[in-house]
Amino acid sequence: MAEPSTETRGSAKPASAPPPPHTDHGHDDHGHGHEAHDPIHAANPHLAHHFDTPQQQFDAGKLGIWLFLLTEVLFFSGLFCAYTVYRAMHPEVFVYAHYFLDTKLGAVNTCVLLISSLTAAWAVRNAQLAEKKALMLNIVITIACAFTFMSVKYVEYAHKYHDGLLPGKAFQPKEQIWELKSFRDKHPEAAEYAEKLAKLDEKKATPPAAAPAEAGKTAPAEAGKAEPAEAERIERPTEEELEPLLAAGLVGPRSLDPSAHISRPRMAHVFFGIYFFMTGLHGFHVLIGIGIWVWMLVKASKGHFGPAYFGPVDFTALYWHLVDLIWIYLFPLLYLIH
Amino acid sequence: MSDDKPEADKPEATETEAASTPPPSTEADHTVRTTETVATPEERSKLQLSDEPKPDEPKKNNSHDKHAPAAAHDHGDGHDHGLAHTMPIALLFGVLGALLALTVATVAVTAIDLGAQGNLIVAMVIATVKALLVCTFFMHLLWDKKFNLVLFLTSVLFLILFLGMTTADRAENQQAIDQYRALQLGVK
Repeated sequence: MAEPSTETRGSAKPASAPPPPHTDHGHDDHGHGHEAHDPIHAANPHLAHHFDTPQQQFDAGKLGIWLFLLTEVLFFSGLFCAYTVYRAMHPEVFVYAHYFLDTKLGAVNTCVLLISSLTAAWAVRNAQLAEKKALMLNIVITIACAFTFMSVKYVEYAHKYHDGLLPGKAFQPKEQIWELKSFRDKHPEAAEYAEKLAKLDEKKATPPAAAPAEAGKTAPAEAGKAEPAEAERIERPTEEELEPLLAAGLVGPRSLDPSAHISRPRMAHVFFGIYFFMTGLHGFHVLIGIGIWVWMLVKASKGHFGPAYFGPVDFTALYWHLVDLIWIYLFPLLYLIH
Repeated sequence: MSDDKPEADKPEATETEAASTPPPSTEADHTVRTTETVATPEERSKLQLSDEPKPDEPKKNNSHDKHAPAAAHDHGDGHDHGLAHTMPIALLFGVLGALLALTVATVAVTAIDLGAQGNLIVAMVIATVKALLVCTFFMHLLWDKKFNLVLFLTSVLFLILFLGMTTADRAENQQAIDQYRALQLGVK
């Protein structure tokens, strides 16, 4: 019973004695030689020399990852703060912009991340129970989910790039909001009226200057010569006609502007700045997560993990759950604006 | 021990008395339940070994009961069995089910008009419930050391402070913002 400890008592290097995890000595070994940590190190090839016990190593690692997660929360809090302030100041921008986001894709991505969180948590359990095959399978599924998430994100980003929905000066939407299906479904009347107005504006805009017909922009007032009466009528909708437009947020309150100007909010591009920064930083975390999971997969394939050493899987999973946690808030904040 | 009682009123006396009495025995009484062992070195080593995992003792028993294979492995290692709580598979899937159901709910609730703020509040409440589920079960915070929970809550506290202070400040300056906006609209 006491043999393995006496053998390795002199040597401080755990590498010198790599016994299989199932050594024969049992609980009785608590009794001897605690001052020299060698028997513990001898039995635990993954116990670093500066830790006394696997428990100490695990707890230290866990404390470390929690400290890191704490900084991650604070890191993202800056972006959440920007979001909060901007939404409080320009609610109309968020209502306008959210029609451009595909709720279905966002929801699919949410589910994908949640499932990957399950497999991550399950992988921790597998590591604790030294279930090598199941551990590797769960890590592979987690990585597959992460790639699915990034693929969906790629589709979304590509679509936005194509439609000119980019931050700052690059923001030049190709589609008007009333042309979007998501908007039409919600405000059919407003969409119809907006289209009329847009056509009118187009007519007014084309004859004098060959400027690109920006339907949303204010056209010169004197240009409406085609059917002045009709134009006048459309431009000055009755209260009844105006109501859906107001409800849809397409026009401002009449007190500010007596004629109906369909225009997108002036600061709409900032929403896409916030959108790309928040989802981009989150996506970057997912990419890093994929890298770490691959590392864990390699370690798992070598059979490193077991009841006495599963910290790395646990810590990776914790990081992964935090990434999931952030998405849980990003999804309703960006995609589900009412 | 009987001599201790009358002297307990005087702090100095008790201190010296406590110093003179062998500390291992009294410590062992409330740290380690197995006080039958008399051999001092063995007892001491047991004390030190069980000192670290002590706060997790109930969990360890828990994992022992539920996952016999894990316990068996640990016994094979001969020390520090059960570094952390092991999640039952049924609980993992239960949590996932709840999370997916809440995701469906948060999408579905957007069809109902609860006012701009109402919908936002409902969405945030659902998101927070989801976050709590993830933290409690997937992230093991229910069974983890309480210090880790405190750490995490600290970050949340500062997040709330950050958002709260900024929002309050913004609201405070609403009038100035409105004036500035009106001025801009006038110029445009």
